[in-house]
Amino acid sequence: MATTQTAPSSIHAHRASRRAQAKMSARDVNVFYGDKQALFDVALDIPAHHVTALIGPSGCGKSTFLRCLNRMNDVVDIARVEGDITMDGGDIYALDVVELRARVGMVFQKPNPFPKSIFDNVAYGPRIHGLAQDRDELGEIVFTSLEKAGLLDEVRDRLDQPGTGLSGGQQQRLCIARAIAVNPEVILMDEPCSALDPIATARIEELIDELREHYTIVIVTHSMQQAARVSQRTAFLHLGELVEVGDTQDIFTNPRDERTQGYITGRFG
Amino acid sequence: MTVKSKHIVRAYDQELQRLNELIGRMGGLAEAQIDNAIRAVAEHDLELAKEVAASDERVDQMEAEINKLALRLLALRQPMAIDLRYILSALRIASDLERIADHAENMCRRAKDIAEDSGGPAITGIQRLGKLVLAMLKDVLDASLAGDVDKAVEVWKRDNEVDELYGSLFREYLTYMMENPRNIGACTTLLFVAKNVERIGDHITNIAETIYFRVKAQPLKDSLPEGVDGDDFEEDDNR
Repeated sequence: MATTQTAPSSIHAHRASRRAQAKMSARDVNVFYGDKQALFDVALDIPAHHVTALIGPSGCGKSTFLRCLNRMNDVVDIARVEGDITMDGGDIYALDVVELRARVGMVFQKPNPFPKSIFDNVAYGPRIHGLAQDRDELGEIVFTSLEKAGLLDEVRDRLDQPGTGLSGGQQQRLCIARAIAVNPEVILMDEPCSALDPIATARIEELIDELREHYTIVIVTHSMQQAARVSQRTAFLHLGELVEVGDTQDIFTNPRDERTQGYITGRFG
Repeated sequence: MTVKSKHIVRAYDQELQRLNELIGRMGGLAEAQIDNAIRAVAEHDLELAKEVAASDERVDQMEAEINKLALRLLALRQPMAIDLRYILSALRIASDLERIADHAENMCRRAKDIAEDSGGPAITGIQRLGKLVLAMLKDVLDASLAGDVDKAVEVWKRDNEVDELYGSLFREYLTYMMENPRNIGACTTLLFVAKNVERIGDHITNIAETIYFRVKAQPLKDSLPEGVDGDDFEEDDNR
């Protein structure tokens, strides 16, 4: 478990001790977009160092829920979020939103590297958060992040070239490196592979599995096979309601709810 | 299927339906094989015995067809939950039906010996045993078609009767052998036949367990009260 070189061992002990606990918790979460209610009394625990997959048909509220976890809905004027969302037991609304988003990073559906060099893409977050004392330290953060994102070997010799020149799969790993660079605790992924081919998808999935040692991951995916492959917990949402949550293996082999069964077996009318 | 609603992709439903039909047809074939095998042995009908042996190939072909379709469904449809269990169950049931038909064929191999020894002990016990397993097979196939767990469990329990009847047959033939050593050859042959029928019963209980798993997503064994057991989970013997 303790494989990172950078963090002191006390952090590992701390992380190990809370491994089984809920990293984030949502209770009675209701979200409204204007008059329209998008989520209804959602209660969900996000266990630490697990990959939690959110699945459900389009419009079921899975992305809306994901966006609650780092208060991305704050920037949507008509969105109103009610209920309790906590991280490590503390209300996320009590935190400064910039700090929250540093601790809860996000990777989007389409790779969105900045029109900057590969190096600067990754260095952007640590720079604005003042995480590095000097150029050497910044370089180390960039290298470590690229390595954790499984991209370092492919870009080592061209860090000064634009991030937008990479392939789609590489760009997505660059975005993951950028998210990792600010040392988040939770990484939210909104359909991170839907724009990628199967090989690039497999790489990201392998990466997700490696990342969960250090981070807690929540992934929204339309691909049930992907949810089955990468996650340990799966939550099924339908029409804004959390229908069922459980161990991924149980959800995909023996779901309790008829609606879950209908969705995962392709019977949704 | 126990799930009433249809898949969005119609071809998926059609393929599952086809799998269902194949299992039904293979089951019917296995029933006919057992029925004919018992008749061939009891009535010394060597022509019928040959027919049973020849028909075994059809059973094998049907198993191959079921395997092929199941593989195709697994690869192309990536089934989940009830569908996944359904397809895995079809594979297992086909395998049990194939073994059942093999036992019928094995019985027929003894038909000639039994016919030549027509002065030997009565064969009515084996006929009774055969009727019992035939009725069980019919019921378990009905249970499979309907996804009827209660019926499957009921069939599963009836295997005890088969075991008891086989036990009494065993003692009966043993008595004949002790009475007159000249009966040993004929009785041994009949015991082999009886054992074939008894093994068919075991495969039928396997099918009942498979149906239970398919519907309930858990093994039948785990849901039975303490003390309900038997040799129903023993390994298959060699042919």
